[in-house]
Amino acid sequence: MTRVLVAMSGGVDSSVAAALLVEQGCEVIGATMKLFCYADDTVSDRPCCSLDSIFDARAVADRLGIPHYTLNFADRFGRDVVANFVSEYARGRTPIPCVRCNSFTKFSDLLAHADALGCDAIATGHYARAEGGALRRGKDRAKDQSYFLWGIRREVVARMLTPVGALTKSETRTIARRLGLVTADKVESQEICFVPDGDYAAVLGRHLPAGSAALAPGPIVTSGGDVLGEHAGFARYTIGQRRGLPGGRSRPLHVIAIRPDTREVVVGTADELARFDVALEEVNWLAEALEAGEECEVQVRHRSAAVRAQVTESEGERLSLRLLEPARAVAPGQSGVLYRGERVLGGGVIG
Amino acid sequence: MATQRIYLDHAATTPVRPEVREAMLPFLGDEAFGNPSSPHWFGRMARAGLEAARKRVADALGVEVRDVLFTSGGTEADNLAILGCAMSACGGMDLARAHIVATPIEHKAVLAALHEAELYGAKTTLLPVDTRGVVDLDALDKVLSGTPKPTVVSVMWVNNETGVIQPAEEIAGLCAAAGVPFHSDAVQAFGKVPMRLDQAPGVTFCSISAHKIGGPKGVGAIVVQGRKGLHPLMHGGGQQGGLRPGTENVPGAVALGVAAQMAAEEQPATLARLAAIRDAVEAELKKRVSDLVIHGEGAKRGPNILHMSAPGTDSEAMLMHLDLAGLACASGSACQTGSVEPSHVLSGMGTPKDIAIAAVRMSFGSLSSQDQVPRIADAFDQVVTKVRALRAVLARA
Repeated sequence: MTRVLVAMSGGVDSSVAAALLVEQGCEVIGATMKLFCYADDTVSDRPCCSLDSIFDARAVADRLGIPHYTLNFADRFGRDVVANFVSEYARGRTPIPCVRCNSFTKFSDLLAHADALGCDAIATGHYARAEGGALRRGKDRAKDQSYFLWGIRREVVARMLTPVGALTKSETRTIARRLGLVTADKVESQEICFVPDGDYAAVLGRHLPAGSAALAPGPIVTSGGDVLGEHAGFARYTIGQRRGLPGGRSRPLHVIAIRPDTREVVVGTADELARFDVALEEVNWLAEALEAGEECEVQVRHRSAAVRAQVTESEGERLSLRLLEPARAVAPGQSGVLYRGERVLGGGVIG
Repeated sequence: MATQRIYLDHAATTPVRPEVREAMLPFLGDEAFGNPSSPHWFGRMARAGLEAARKRVADALGVEVRDVLFTSGGTEADNLAILGCAMSACGGMDLARAHIVATPIEHKAVLAALHEAELYGAKTTLLPVDTRGVVDLDALDKVLSGTPKPTVVSVMWVNNETGVIQPAEEIAGLCAAAGVPFHSDAVQAFGKVPMRLDQAPGVTFCSISAHKIGGPKGVGAIVVQGRKGLHPLMHGGGQQGGLRPGTENVPGAVALGVAAQMAAEEQPATLARLAAIRDAVEAELKKRVSDLVIHGEGAKRGPNILHMSAPGTDSEAMLMHLDLAGLACASGSACQTGSVEPSHVLSGMGTPKDIAIAAVRMSFGSLSSQDQVPRIADAFDQVVTKVRALRAVLARA
């Protein structure tokens, strides 16, 4: 019998992932990774982490008759993910903490726990398909999460099960309802887990030193150097953003660059956002590494379409691509994920 | 997964004893179900059971029958003693004149009550404990002779994590001499160590709980020697002298009565039996895990608790692997979510953090036997090896 360690977040997807593995006859152990603590640690006698999600995961595990444990990854998450999130914004970049968490925290630690528990595999509720050592997009393209998974190690993919990757979200919910899981109709969270109410500037404010440049006022300038106004901190902006910029123009303004050294937020028209070159850092391969001249598709934002590209340079963890059609809003810190059809070949952080 | 499970968490809770269950049944059926406040026959039947239970608890503890109040458990008893005493001394909910003294190793029910009292203006003092986890009596002496004079002193009889016995009788004597009410949470002591309140004059309030001694969850008692010094936390129909109103949990009280009587009668035998098992496990584990740290070592300990840390492990992984190996243990201080927090008891004792985060508590009781010792030792040893290897991998990653 296959013994599987399932990462249960307390959401419907990982609940169903666990349920399906139980139905398939696997010996399932559920684990919820506690990544951070909402607690007000000034009050030592209150329960530290009354996160509903952990209770939901436990309720589902109880319902499925499987053991459930909480794994405290808070120290590592703070070090690897939150600290990077803050330093990236301070550098004028737009990080994706979920990618860092998947790459450095969740999966490798989970696999280490799985090994110690004598598990053959780990499983998650991601909408992506890990099959035969390859990672592919989830069947439900609207929910596809493969974009966030490029950074996991190849040997993890080989040991990974993604039971809901072959389902649509509505199929997942139907299964959850059929099984009477408490998470069946749980509202989906689109937020970054440690950023309450989507207010990431507040999180930065708590972590950055007082008077930090990233949250200090600076000029809004055009690519031609005209000063259009003042902003309240470049960390509040990302490439492509329109919100928070001066209005009343014939053509709407977008952020086209952020210059942390001068605190400038550079704005321009939509045309000025188009890019034909993308440079990736910290490249990780989930297939054979591509060499210069080879073609693939690259996706530069979670919600954008992949565009055709040719590798111009490939050296170690650095990769340069020439896009065969323009990509808009290529933001340093976001991920450039390389695909060939459905398959994820690898990816890197946009430099 | 493991088929043969060994329960090593009696300090968390115990199974209900058959005698206790039997005694409860009439009060769950259609004869003795009445409301003990009712003047009719049904009420009398229930009242008879309730008062017989009160007598049993009183006899077991060596106090007057009228001094026993049934509560919903140890937590309520602790809260009532501390907050009720402070409110009584201050004449209401403004606790600005209250000074509550406890130790950093108290149960959360006591520490949280202190925290609540602070919100209402009370001053609180936590007496230091030594590295073995024993309260510093010189510090208590100073506090008792200082100003403001303590309103109430609360020190547990036996610590729930380490099993270390506190000098409750001496503390009671010091408090009595100073004219200060003394509360002791005896939830872990009762039935395990010799404990008679008629031999410890000066214990004003004392908490016990049924489910730690073979009774059901949800019932306990507080001993109140000197009712004038206590203000109720709940207000209602005046039951139990108005100090703990609400229709009494008659089946629960009956259960506590029987469980308490048996626990007191069997205490010397329980102590001998559990100490032998605990000592055997401790000796075996020390043999196999040579650097094993025993918390509270060198102090007088109750017979039923073995609290220890294997350096280079952590409680969370230990408990998970022990569970999967069939050993039900505790860390002593689990958070509601199952995530393990560093123990406030070990912090209070000054235990280094890397040792504190590895704490595992085994607590022995009715389901324990000598023949479990080899399996416990084997499984613990294997889990330590496994978790050390895991930690090494995680540290590298």
